[in-house]
Amino acid sequence: METKNVMIVGVGGQGSLLASKLLGRLLLGRGYDIKVSEVHGMSQRGGSVVTYVRFGEKVYSPVIDKGQADYIVSFELLEAARWTEYLKPGGKIIVNTQQINPMPVIIGAAEYPEDLAGKMRSAGIDLDAIDALSLAEAAGNAKAVNLVLMGRLSRYFDIPEEEWMAAIEASVPAKFLELNKKAFALGVNA
Amino acid sequence: MKQLILGNEAVARGLYEAGCSFVSSYPGTPSTEITEAVAKYPEVYAEWAPNEKVAMEAAFGASLAGRRSFCGMKHVGLNVAADPLFTISYTGVNAGMVIGVADDAGMHSSQNEQDSRHYAMSAKIPMLEPSDSAEALAFAKLAYELSEQFDTPVLLKMCTRVSHSQSVVETGDRVEVIKEYKKDIPKYVMMPGNAKKRHPVVEARTRALVEYAETAEINRIEQGESNTMGIITSSTSFQYVKEVLGDKYPVMKLGMIWPLPQQKIIDFAASVDKLVIVEELDGFVEAHCRNLGIACVGKSMFSNIDELMPLTVAAELSTPWETGVKLDAAIPPRPPVMCAGCPHRGLFYTLKKNKLTVLGDIGCYTLGAVAPLQAVDSVICMGASVSGLHGFSKAQQGAMDNKTVAVIGDSTFMHSGITGLVNMAYNESNATVIIVDNSITGMTGHQQNPTTGFNLKGDPCAKIDLETLCRAVGIRRVRVIDPYNLAECDTVIKEELNANEPSVIISRRPCALLKYVKHSAPLSVDETKCVGCKSCMKIGCPAISIEGGKAKVDATLCVGCGVCEQLCKFDALKAAKEV
Repeated sequence: METKNVMIVGVGGQGSLLASKLLGRLLLGRGYDIKVSEVHGMSQRGGSVVTYVRFGEKVYSPVIDKGQADYIVSFELLEAARWTEYLKPGGKIIVNTQQINPMPVIIGAAEYPEDLAGKMRSAGIDLDAIDALSLAEAAGNAKAVNLVLMGRLSRYFDIPEEEWMAAIEASVPAKFLELNKKAFALGVNA
Repeated sequence: MKQLILGNEAVARGLYEAGCSFVSSYPGTPSTEITEAVAKYPEVYAEWAPNEKVAMEAAFGASLAGRRSFCGMKHVGLNVAADPLFTISYTGVNAGMVIGVADDAGMHSSQNEQDSRHYAMSAKIPMLEPSDSAEALAFAKLAYELSEQFDTPVLLKMCTRVSHSQSVVETGDRVEVIKEYKKDIPKYVMMPGNAKKRHPVVEARTRALVEYAETAEINRIEQGESNTMGIITSSTSFQYVKEVLGDKYPVMKLGMIWPLPQQKIIDFAASVDKLVIVEELDGFVEAHCRNLGIACVGKSMFSNIDELMPLTVAAELSTPWETGVKLDAAIPPRPPVMCAGCPHRGLFYTLKKNKLTVLGDIGCYTLGAVAPLQAVDSVICMGASVSGLHGFSKAQQGAMDNKTVAVIGDSTFMHSGITGLVNMAYNESNATVIIVDNSITGMTGHQQNPTTGFNLKGDPCAKIDLETLCRAVGIRRVRVIDPYNLAECDTVIKEELNANEPSVIISRRPCALLKYVKHSAPLSVDETKCVGCKSCMKIGCPAISIEGGKAKVDATLCVGCGVCEQLCKFDALKAAKEV
């Protein structure tokens, strides 16, 4: 099979590392060659962060370059807009509609662009926009945005639900398991 | 068993399987997880040293004692450890010794993007360079074999994309290696008479390693469909070449990047019409090829600036590549910022308010240089704030002593700030050093250090008392402030700047991200009182924004530190329950 590419983008501290860990476990269980590339260190301090997940028969590059991503899962609206060039023609962006102002916007040096979802759709981008923050809060914790988005992504993967559940069980602490499963289900069904 | 693990975790696994039993490192992105991961194996003693030089010397001591040892660091850490590096090359080892160094091309979390391969060449030490987690594990093990076979320390060179990428590995069992300690003065006492005899040994060793490189399995050639071009590459550059070109051209993949094979490269070059060297940062392999008199293309195609990416390889090697849609909108950047509740924020606000010149250092507090605080004037390397302040003060003949400070973190101070402070006390500069003590090594992801009272394994241990330490080196004025208390910060900093002798201020409050730190209730804005003056925006807190002309606090981010509350003249910011 041709290598599939998933980019997980967001703001440092939003929990994208758990999402990539979950995907890694899920795909390893299916016997794929996998590479998951993360960012640690300074960029994690509230900066723009990106994780690359690649899987297939043989994966070489640990990173995804422009025009290669089959899916971009964005934890925040502006971050989805930042990475559109990385989307493969015919690829899909799954975006949490939550807006988090970057420091240049907070201090008034820049504007948060208006109607980014509309702009992306006008540019011909296949956008699946959901309010993952509200769904995570409904599941019981605002931090479960990552599981809501993974649930949403699962709609586009031909992988049985029990494999996703097994990967979630292996990735989150037992005491948060029900919360995370609930968040995942809300993402699937939203 | 197949596992998906980080390159750094794979190195740790390789150390474990190779029977390494002593690890001493200083944390530094992207190298930190090697040591964190290896500490989880009970068979391996692992520690955080105060700096990389101490770590390397400790690892040498362990090798001398007959146990396989390791020290890990980032590229700039190897500068700190360069002194022992060059001489351990002469002594060689008893049990195997491996030095892990992680480069950061693209400077994701570093102050420069120096290329560590030059160290291998100039210190005359072999260097292995894995390109994914499986190789990281295998090369770590091989490094010990080579170390003992050739009587040399071995450098294991990682980079951000290998260190911080997870890929699939197969794990194996551990072997135990114990060598006897034998006194050997000519080998281990490097005074001139002995060192003169060791240098020819080193040169002979390099010649023997070149012979090894000629046939080593880790320097392999992958055949291609067309010999119109041949590529020599290593590490992630190899992955990008294969990603873009597949099996189109033959590729020489170098697993040992120093010393390099000679005949193997000459033969490979002769087998292809055009030789291209694809390597990140400097033209290291390219220079070697030119020394061998081989025509090749390298840095004229691939820049020595920034990390290499697949698209660059595709563009330069004429492979079609379709990119996605660039959105027609101004997308503001999202630089890293100090976290909400970060104890450094109140301190830097006070420094900025007093219009001070600030010699900064390496850590989260380097972010004091970004807008809106912009309160840092220089950042060079670990410890340079304190020693730089001394030079600044002496050159100005004290004229700016009441306007200039150094700011350095607790871990960085222990790393190499203390020696600068000794110099200030000894050579009597009348300046003020501020130690921002957040009770952890923050930027690299919360590692313990000699001031925290806990060791790498998380067990309680001896705790260096900063106040006593500063007094012991001869600083009589040592004050402690709480950076959440702006009035106290302002008063004490003014007093110490105007004092007629050197002083240290310890700005003490634990990192807001530490699990044990209890947070206060988030603040909220009383909109009847807020006039939208934006005074609270001056501190650059990510939890505060202006909406509809009024301040707004994001309750999911705010940890109730109360610094903004102290800036509000209209009493509009209050703990949620009080509004």
